[in-house]
Amino acid sequence: MKRGIAFWNILVKDMRTYYLKPPNISWGLIFPLAWAGMFFIKSGESLESIRTLLPGVTAVAVLFGTTSMLAVTVTFEKKNRSFERLLTAPLPLELLMLAKTAGAILFGAANAFLPVLMASFLVDLSAVLWHVFVPAVILIAAASTFLGLFIAVAVSEVFEAQTFSNFFRFPMLFLCGLFFPVEKLPGVLQPLAYVLPLTYGADLLHGAVHGEHALPYSLDLFLLSAFGAGLFAASLWHIKRKWIL
Amino acid sequence: MNDAIVVEGLSKRFGKVQAVSELTFSVRQGELFGFLGPNGAGKTTTINMLTGLARPDAGAIRLGGIDCTNRPRAALHRIGVVPDESNLYPELTGFENLCFCAALYGLGKAERRARARELLDQFGLAPAADRKFGGYSKGMKRKLTIAAGIIHRPEILFLDEPTSGIDVASARQLRQRIADLHRAGTTIFLTTHYIEEAERLCGRIAFLVSGRIVRTDTVAHLIHPVHDKHVVQISCSTMPNNIGSRLLESFSGMEFTIRGHGVIRVEAGEPIRVGPLVRFLEEQGAEVAEARRMRPSLEDIFVQITGIEANALSKEKEKGGGGR
Repeated sequence: MKRGIAFWNILVKDMRTYYLKPPNISWGLIFPLAWAGMFFIKSGESLESIRTLLPGVTAVAVLFGTTSMLAVTVTFEKKNRSFERLLTAPLPLELLMLAKTAGAILFGAANAFLPVLMASFLVDLSAVLWHVFVPAVILIAAASTFLGLFIAVAVSEVFEAQTFSNFFRFPMLFLCGLFFPVEKLPGVLQPLAYVLPLTYGADLLHGAVHGEHALPYSLDLFLLSAFGAGLFAASLWHIKRKWIL
Repeated sequence: MNDAIVVEGLSKRFGKVQAVSELTFSVRQGELFGFLGPNGAGKTTTINMLTGLARPDAGAIRLGGIDCTNRPRAALHRIGVVPDESNLYPELTGFENLCFCAALYGLGKAERRARARELLDQFGLAPAADRKFGGYSKGMKRKLTIAAGIIHRPEILFLDEPTSGIDVASARQLRQRIADLHRAGTTIFLTTHYIEEAERLCGRIAFLVSGRIVRTDTVAHLIHPVHDKHVVQISCSTMPNNIGSRLLESFSGMEFTIRGHGVIRVEAGEPIRVGPLVRFLEEQGAEVAEARRMRPSLEDIFVQITGIEANALSKEKEKGGGGR
């Protein structure tokens, strides 16, 4: 119960305090919305192509929404030493970091439904497999959040976190099969796609929206979960080794 | 009485720098224990190791009877930590900050709101309760940070330089609150570079120099060797050369120390007659501005044991903050 109170209050405090910070607005809200708008306007000639674009645009919204959040909630607090206050609270480090990341997961998942909402005015989405789509969005949000956490704990300035995040985020836009299949990438780049978690999330979303997917859903879900767990464990290790000197 | 804090052979190295070396001490339950030393002596490193923010290279730590050596977070529910910098959340108000800190310790909504209001009243911050922490003055920030450290009524409180860099009135108020907490039975581990503050507040004091404890004792025991000493301090606006040697030749049984800014410190085992001293100095061409008897203090012992001038100790720290 006591830990639940702490968890909930950390989550609510972060949501209230940081969600409208400038770096989060620009990278977490405006950028994905601009991408979604741009693609949907471009596809205006053929409304059905929105179905093909929706998985990629949704994944971009989640990826940028979540990774931007961590740069603020973790790196900013580490810099002004208020994170020490959390570290001296009687909470297991795992729970503390879950509380710090839960808000970003929720934010990323909510972000995903903005392009869905926009698309719903233009095309019929009744054929979407929501029982695949929703878990895919949540797992992409979790894996991206933990990727953001991994980056955020490794740097000391908010701008560094945003810059390093871009080293991962932008290549993922092109390598993970968001807007064209991985099979169409040059042969040397294809193996790279499969070491990036978003590839499996995009595969799930494509399958859910228009039925085309390269891997079984269960394998995609498993690999996406494994990436998330691995990145979370690596971040915890980093905090224990580097922050608790 | 049981020991609230037990430290044995604690050491910590950062690269080539040995920050803390084989510290061994204990703090009794309900005691106010002072850790006194200059900047870089290892005070904050010690607090960080005791509160789980740094990992010792060697040694053992017990807090409130809990072995924290290999489980540094095991006793966090029993301790409160006030760091040397006010590190609350600038975007939250004073009231919200205290409520949030209370929630970290699992206090229910009604309890944390009541406790926050109680502490805001106690620290004189009630009128600023709804103002954002980022807009507080240094003194107000320090008060709220201490209030946050005791929001959950900890058995052991770690205070790192609690009055550093704040105005005189706020420092006095904070010292009063620290004394109240001590009277209420809280064990307090206080680091400071203000000798006067340590002397006024602490029951026992450890002198820390270059990561090592050079002396630990009660204030009364520490001062005892100089208790019977008589001290006079004379301030001169102008002072001739070689005045120290001339004073030594003329006044037997006295020790003279010439300090900066025309200050002469006179020490003797017998009561000192100030009149003849002042007359002699004026005959030698000195202009005496003030002569006053001094009470032997912890400062004398600190200087004697560590070789560090107390004034230098304070000035060094004040470079980074405001005056006191």
